[in-house]
Parts: sequence; structure tokens; C-alpha cells
Amino acid sequence: MLDFVQQLVSGIALGCVYGLIALGFVLIYKATEVVNFAQGDLMMLGGFFAFTFIGMLGLNYWLGFAGAVIAMALFGMLAERVVVRPILGYPQFSIIMATIGLGYFLRSVVGMIWGTDDFKIETPFSDGVLRIGSLVLAYDKLSVIAATIILCALLYLFFNRTTLGTAMRASSENMLAAYYMGIPVKRVVSIVWAIAAAVATAAGVLLAPITFIHSNVGLVLGLKAFPAAVLGGFGSIPGAVVGGVLIGVIESMAGFYLPQGWKDVAPYIVLLVVLLLKPEGLFGVHMRKKV
Amino acid sequence: MRFLFKTDYEDDIKLFPHSGYVVSYGILLAFLLIAPFVLSSYLVSQLVFVCIYATVGVGLMILTGFTGQASLGHAAFLAIGAYTAAYLQQFNVPFPVYFLAGGLLTGVVGALVGFPALRLTGIYLVIATISFAFIVEEVLARWESVTHGNEGMRVKTLSLFGQAVPQNGPTFYYLCLAVLILTIVGTLNLLRSPTGRAFVAIRDSETAARSMGVNVSLYKVKSFAISAAITGLAGVLFAHKLSFISPEMFTLQLSIEFIIVILIGGAFSLHGAVLGAIFLVMIDPFLTYLKDDLPGIIAGIAATFGADSITAGKIHGNVAAIASANGLKGAIYGVIIVLFVLFEPLGLYGRWLKIKLFFQLFPLYKRATFKRQKIYVKSERNR
Repeated sequence: MLDFVQQLVSGIALGCVYGLIALGFVLIYKATEVVNFAQGDLMMLGGFFAFTFIGMLGLNYWLGFAGAVIAMALFGMLAERVVVRPILGYPQFSIIMATIGLGYFLRSVVGMIWGTDDFKIETPFSDGVLRIGSLVLAYDKLSVIAATIILCALLYLFFNRTTLGTAMRASSENMLAAYYMGIPVKRVVSIVWAIAAAVATAAGVLLAPITFIHSNVGLVLGLKAFPAAVLGGFGSIPGAVVGGVLIGVIESMAGFYLPQGWKDVAPYIVLLVVLLLKPEGLFGVHMRKKV
Repeated sequence: MRFLFKTDYEDDIKLFPHSGYVVSYGILLAFLLIAPFVLSSYLVSQLVFVCIYATVGVGLMILTGFTGQASLGHAAFLAIGAYTAAYLQQFNVPFPVYFLAGGLLTGVVGALVGFPALRLTGIYLVIATISFAFIVEEVLARWESVTHGNEGMRVKTLSLFGQAVPQNGPTFYYLCLAVLILTIVGTLNLLRSPTGRAFVAIRDSETAARSMGVNVSLYKVKSFAISAAITGLAGVLFAHKLSFISPEMFTLQLSIEFIIVILIGGAFSLHGAVLGAIFLVMIDPFLTYLKDDLPGIIAGIAATFGADSITAGKIHGNVAAIASANGLKGAIYGVIIVLFVLFEPLGLYGRWLKIKLFFQLFPLYKRATFKRQKIYVKSERNR
């Protein structure tokens, strides 16, 4: 029983990691109906920025964290301006390919600048564990869980309660109509990329003690976070976190109870089954198309 | 400009609309036939890869380009074809039999993937095919009694009618070329048949196709099966060309490469698959060339513009360092993909059509002829 609970808790912690990255996917999708395949790579780049500020320049952890988030928000806007804005309005597949290209580019440029080694960021909570009874939980994992919950709540409120959030939802549904209603669509899209890059950076820095930072970390984790976002129903913020936690729990349970090899495949099998039964994900909204 | 006068439906669906096509494709074929005697063995080997990638590209084109179903899982189909060949070869099954078996098995698997894919569109379909590819990769790594797991499998030299066909020889090149040409002709025939018309109708509007009486489910599954089968055939050749296969060769990276093939070539015509394959395969020799010659060329240019020998030497060193940096290939891939999506969405074949039209209509060519329409009311959620 204790094993089960321990696996459950570490699964949830892992799932929050996926959820945190998946939030970025969902954000961009929710606001612009664009699927950003470079989300994991934005996270990786954010991690490297933070490593440069904290590890190489010796800044204070929180200061470096903030610096990285701001730098990446600007980078997100730049990426949107250069790569995404010219092709807004074209079929979704073009944009998917463009972001895949962006991901390739970021990965190899980072590899050229920082090298291909693993890097670690010293954090205030990188060691020490929380003990509840005989249950053990590391602080760095707790920090990820806390950050996921806070960010998820903040973004949920942002999208549902603020004017800017409403403007984002409007421009996702019909850019032209939103533009006619006086919403500055271009600026909205730009802001959403900035927010998504900032969220990705937060994920990257928080993950640094757990997964380390290397140029492929974004690809590896992004490929797990992506099913999480799909499982929750692309476009639902709580869905992303629930999907992430589900994938995390399934992965850690499969790693513990099933023979070797199932750990990596189980999330995908579950994903396929869910997609078969509910093609729009668990929390997705499905509307009929008018001809 | 040539005006074709069509009097019959048969004229409209001819493979060669007029004699110019026969001449130009004849010249191309003649060049391809003498290629092994003219080109270096390295280039011929690259040409074999072009043939294999182009065959996969044609397969993917049927699914993505003509039926409108995106797939990032084609590496898995290639893997199934390759492993079928490697497995059957152990029991001395002759090449023609396991070649067809590879295609057939992959086709069946493709149909099985097609059924669940029926309900999915857009991004959900992409992630479903990625998941499928991951599962296949893991199965290949774990099913050790058949696939030898991560150790991989050695593929013996191909033997055709008792003759050994080494993977570097001209005969193997001719074999791959023949498979490619047969695939292309077969696909062209498919596309002008009712089945192909149904595929295109589904791509353009599923709802409209359904209301015209097209059985959308049936044709989507057919498209998956045919696309997978062609990829499986290419997989058999791929296994022989590499003479060693292991699960980590058939990753998402490879699937993305296949998508790049049709994206760069132009995802609306079979020419695109071939052009894209040429581009993707020839990028390697091009990068080698960059590494070897570019520093010298740039330093030479600098010297002619008055840089002294020390500066020129520095420039030489810097350019050499950049050109031989690790991972340069990835960066170039990335930039190329982005540039094509932004500026040449119709791909290389689209560029060729534009140039051709420019000269046909000279001086009346309008750039807007090829302009894509932007649709801002796109919400794919409402589909």
C-alpha cells in the first residue's frame, strides 16, 4: 500500500512537470489555434538563460529566474513576429511545420553555444525532503507541484475573468470578427506568445534540478507534455494539468507494476484509447461545423 | 504557349498530355539509366537513398497531400517493412516474396491504424500517429525473439533469381529506381481513378465529399493502407541499403524528415515527393562541401577586397569553425523548413510551376496567381 501511495505521489509530481509544459501548449492553442511544437524547446532555452544568469554570471536565484522569464518573454514575442505572424491564417499544418523548424533551429543553436553537456542550476530547494509519515517527497518536486497549481489557477482566472483573456479567446475563435470589434489581434497574439514563453521558462527553471538542462530536454519532455495536453483536451487549461497528472501517474505506475518497457509506452496506449472513445480529449469542446 | 485541344474525357486524364512530356521524361529516364556509369559511387549511393525517400514521399503524399490526413508516424511503417524483410530473410524466403509480404503486412497495419484515425482530425490525428510510431518503436525494441531488440538485425545481401545484388552496385540502384517508377505510375493511375478522386474530395471538404456520396470512412482507411503499403515496400529496400537495422533508426526524427520531403517538394503533386527527396538527401553532400571548401572561398573573397593575410586567415578559421560546428545540420534544417513555410509554401515544384508560367505568359505573369488565401475564420475546433 505504501508503495502504491509513494508511486502515486511521485507520479503526480512527474505529472505536474508535464502539466506545466502542457500549459504552454494549451495557452498558445487557446489564444490562436496554433499548435506550437517548439514549446519544449522554448522551455529548454529558458532553462539555459537561467543557467547563464545564475550559474555563469552568479546572480541571485530569484533575480536570475526573473531575468530569464523576462528575456524569454521577449524572445517569445520575437519568435512570434518572425515565424508565426506571416503565416497566421494559413492551414494549421503549415504552422505546425514552422514551429517544428523553429524547434530544430533552437536545439542545434543551443547545442552550438552552450555545448551538449548536462547543466545543473543550484536552487534554494534543491536538497531536502518532506516526510509525512513514511512518505518521502523531495522539495524540488514539491516546488513543481506548487508552481503548477499556482500558474494553472492564475491562467485560468486570466482567461476567464480579464478583458485581455476574453480578447484572446475571441481572437482564437474568429480573428476577423475580433479585429472588427476593435481587438488589436496582432498585439494579442504577440502577448500570448510572450506569456507562453514565460510559462515555459518557469517550467524549465523549476525542472532544472530534476531533469538537468541539456539541448534535447525540450524535445524529450515536450513529447510527453504534448500527449498530456491532448489527453486533457487541447484548449482547456485545467485539462492540461489533469492530463499531465494522468500521464505522470500512468507512467510511474507502469514503471513499477508492469514489466520493463511498458513505462514509456503506457501513456501513449492510454492516449490512443482515450482518443478513440473521446476524440476531443477529456475536457475538449466539440462543436459541429456548419457547411 | 501550347494550347491543348481536348475532345474526349480520355484526353483529360492522359498520363502524358502532349508529346513534350514524353520527350522530357524520356531524357530524364535516359540520364537516370546511365547515371551509375557517369557518377561517382558515393553519388549513386545517394541516388539510391533519393529513390527510397521518394518512394516513401509518394506514399505519404497519397495520405497527406491527397487525402489531407497528416501523419507523423511513417517511420513506423518503414520499420515494419524493413523488419519483415529482415525476419523473412532468415528463412531463405526469396526476395520477391518478402518484398511483397513487407508491403502487404504494412498495408494491413496501416488499415488498422486507419480505423481509429477515422474519428480524429488535425492535431489529434498528428498525436495519434506519433503515439503509434512510439509504440511500434518500443515493440521492436522489446520483442527480442523476432527483432533481436536493441542489438538490431543484420540484413543479408539481397539475392534476386540466384544473383547476389550488393547494396552498392548498379543493379541495386536500378531495382530501387524501378520500384520508384512503378510506384509513381501506379499512384498516378490511382489518382485518376474514382478512388483517387474520392481522396482529393475528402481532402478538400469532408462534409462536401460525404454529401456527394463518397464513403469517407472507407476511403480514409484505403488511403492509410495504400500509403502504409508503399512505405513498407520502401522499408524493404531501406533495410537492404543499410544492411543493418535497429529500432533507434525509426524515430520521430525520421517521420519528420519524411514530412519535410513532401513539404519542401510541394505537397500537391507527385513531382514534389521526388524533388523533396533529392533535396533532403543531397543536403549531406552539400554540407560536406560547405565544411571543406567554403572557408577557403570566403577567405579568398575577403582577400580580394583588400584584407591582409592575417585577417584572411582569421576569417578562414572562423568560417571553418562555424561550418564544422556540431549540430549545424539541425540549424540548417530548421531554417530551411521555416523559410519554405514562410516564402515557398508550394515547395520546389511550386517554384518550378511559377517559373514555367512566367515564361509562358511573359510579360503578363501576375504574382497573385499563386497567392494563397488567408482564412481568419478558421476555428478548427468547429469542424
